[in-house]
Amino acid sequence: MSEAAARKVNDDLLRPLLQTSWRFYFLVAFLGAIVVTGLCTWMYQVWMGFGMTGINMPIYWAFYITNFVFWIGISHAGTLISAILRLVNAGWRRPVTRCAEVITAFALMIGAMFPIIHLGRPWLFFWLTPYPSNRMIWPNFRSPLVWDFFAISTYLTGSVLFLVLPMIPDFALVRDRTTGVRRKVYGVLSLGWQGTPRQWHRLESAMQIMAIAIIPVAVSVHTIVSFDFSMAPVPMWHSTMFGPYFVAGAIFSGIAGLIIAMAALRKFLHLEEYLHPIHFQNLGKLLLMMSLLWTYFVFAERLTVWYGNESAEVQVLRVTQKGSFAPLYWTMVVCNFVVPFTILSLRRLRTIAGCVIASFCVCIGMWLERFLIVVPSLGHKYLPYTWGHYRPRPVEIIITIATFAAMTLLYTLFSKFVPIISIWELKVGAHGVHEAQVQHAEHAIGEVRP
Amino acid sequence: MSHKWGMAVDLDKCTGCGACVTACHAENNIPIVGPAQAARGRAMHWLRVERYWEGDFPDVRLTFRPVMCQQCDAAPCEPVCPTYASHHTDEGLNAQVYNRCIGTRYCANACPYNVRFFDFFHPQWPKPLHLQLNPDVSVREVGVMEKCTFCVQRIKAAEIAAKADNRALKDGELQTACVQSCASRALVFGDLSDPESEVSRLARSPRGGRLLEELGTRPNVTYLERQTQV
Repeated sequence: MSEAAARKVNDDLLRPLLQTSWRFYFLVAFLGAIVVTGLCTWMYQVWMGFGMTGINMPIYWAFYITNFVFWIGISHAGTLISAILRLVNAGWRRPVTRCAEVITAFALMIGAMFPIIHLGRPWLFFWLTPYPSNRMIWPNFRSPLVWDFFAISTYLTGSVLFLVLPMIPDFALVRDRTTGVRRKVYGVLSLGWQGTPRQWHRLESAMQIMAIAIIPVAVSVHTIVSFDFSMAPVPMWHSTMFGPYFVAGAIFSGIAGLIIAMAALRKFLHLEEYLHPIHFQNLGKLLLMMSLLWTYFVFAERLTVWYGNESAEVQVLRVTQKGSFAPLYWTMVVCNFVVPFTILSLRRLRTIAGCVIASFCVCIGMWLERFLIVVPSLGHKYLPYTWGHYRPRPVEIIITIATFAAMTLLYTLFSKFVPIISIWELKVGAHGVHEAQVQHAEHAIGEVRP
Repeated sequence: MSHKWGMAVDLDKCTGCGACVTACHAENNIPIVGPAQAARGRAMHWLRVERYWEGDFPDVRLTFRPVMCQQCDAAPCEPVCPTYASHHTDEGLNAQVYNRCIGTRYCANACPYNVRFFDFFHPQWPKPLHLQLNPDVSVREVGVMEKCTFCVQRIKAAEIAAKADNRALKDGELQTACVQSCASRALVFGDLSDPESEVSRLARSPRGGRLLEELGTRPNVTYLERQTQV
C-alpha cells in the first residue's frame, strides 16, 4: 500500500471521528429520548408493581424473556463470526470484524438487562451472584439462572477484550492525529502503543488466543440460555435439542443484525470503498445456510413432537401451528425461511438491498421464534383448568422498543469515537503481515508528520 | 421422629363448595386481588377447586378436583430457584422463603401443577377483611412468589405444643385450614411416616392416584378417584 493510499484510508476512516454534522446530534437526541422513555417506563413499573405488565398466571415469562433471548442471540453475530473468520484467515473479514464485535458487546449489555428488568424485586438482583455475604448464603448453583449469570459475564468479559485488543493500534493512530483533550484521552486508551515489533507480536498472539477461546464460550452461552427452558418440565421446553437449536438461531439472527448494521454504516458513513457488495454476498450466503439449518431444527423439533403424540406437547404444537398463535407462527416461517431463502438463493437478488431486506425479515422472525418458544408452552401446561392467555401491555412494548433504540444509540456513539473499521487490519490485508509491520512504524511516537 | 406430611383428597366426597378455598384465604393472609386483576388471570388461590365438565349434552357431569401444592418429593420448583427461596424442608415440605425470593418466577414455570402465585402488587384486602389478618402468617411483599405451605404455622404450633407436653403428635390432632373447613370430609391431612394414620391408609387405597405422577415429581397428595356415577 502506497503512502498516499494509506493516508486515504486514514482520512476516510477517521472522518467520522473528526467531523460531526448536525444530523449526528439529532440522531443521538432522538434515540436518547426513546432510551430515557424506556428507563422511565421501567422505573414506573418498579414503582407501581410488576402488575403493570401483561404477565399473569400461568404465563410468568413473556416479552422480557423474549427480549433477553433475542438480544443474547444477536450478540452471537459478532465475536463468534469474527473469531471463526479470523481463525480460517478469511481475507474479506478485515473490514467486517470490528463492526461485528461491537454488536456483541452492546447486545450482551442490553440482553443482560432483561433478567433484571423482569425480576419481581429487581433491587435484589445481586442475590443471583456469589458475593461475600455475612449470612454465608450463596446462590443455588443448580439453577440455570445462576449458570446464565456466569455464562453471560464470561462472554461479556471475553468479547470486550476481543473487541478492545485490536482497537489499541487504532487508538494510537487517532492519538497521533489529534490534539488537546482528545489526544490525551486516546493516549490513555492506546495504553502506550508504540508500534514496536514486540508489541505487534504480542497483539497477534493475544488475538489468536482470544479467537480460539471465545468460540466455545459463545457456543456455551446460548446453550445455557436454552437450558433456562429445557431444564423445566414444561411441554415443548423439555427438549434435548434446545442447546444446538438456540445456538443456530442465535448465529442466524446475529448475522442478520450484522448485515443491517453494515448496510447502515456503509450508507451513513460513506464507507462504500471499504464495505463492498462482496461482503454482503458472503454474509448473505452465510445467512442462507443458517436459515436452512434453522428450518431443519424447527422441522425436526415439530415432527418428533407430532409423532410422539404426548398430549400436553401436542396441545402446544396445535395452538402454535393452528390455534391462536398461528398467525405469529406462520409469519415466523415466512420471515425466517421463505423470504431469506428466496432472496439469498438467487444470485440476482443477493444484492445489498436484498440482503438487508432478508435480514430485517430474519430479525422479526427470530424475535417471534423466541416469543413462540416462551409463551405458548407456559399457557398450555398439563392441567387444562389453568391454561391462560397473554397480551402485552404498554410498559413491555415501550421497554422493548427502547432496547432497539439503545442498540442504535450505542452503535452510533461507538462509531463516533472509535474507527468502526479496523484501520491497521485493513492495511495488513492490503499488504501482507511483514510489510505491514514496517508500515505501522508510522504509528510510532516521534513520527514526523507533514 | 421426623414427620412426612401428606394429604388425601377423596374426589367422591368433594362437593365443590369452595369452603376450603375461603378457609385457606383467611388462614394464610392471601391477598384479594379484585375482579379487574382476577380477569387478567392474577387471582390467587393457594388451593383451587378445578371444575371439569365431562360427557356430551345432555349427559353432562360436573366434576371437581381441589388442587393445592402437591409438596412433591422431587419438586421441579426447587432446583431452578437461583436463591434457594424455594427449598425442601426436613419434613418433606416445599417451603418458600418470601424474604429470599427475588421474583424470577422460574419456580412457577417449572411447576407442572401451576400452584405457585406471584404478588403482582402490594397485597390488599377490602374492608373489613384487613382486620382479620392471621398474626401467625407473614404478609407477602410485592414481587415475590407464594404458595400452599400445608399451613406450616399450624404444623409448627402443634409440634411445639406436643414437645412441651413431652408426647408424640396424635393423628388428626393437627389439621390444615382446608381440611378443617371441609364439610364432607373429602380432605384428610396427616403424617405419611406413620403407617397407621388415616392419610397413610388412604394413600395405600387402590383408588389412590397422584396427579401428573408420570412426570416423576413424586407428589405427597393422594387423589382417591371417583367411583360413583352421580
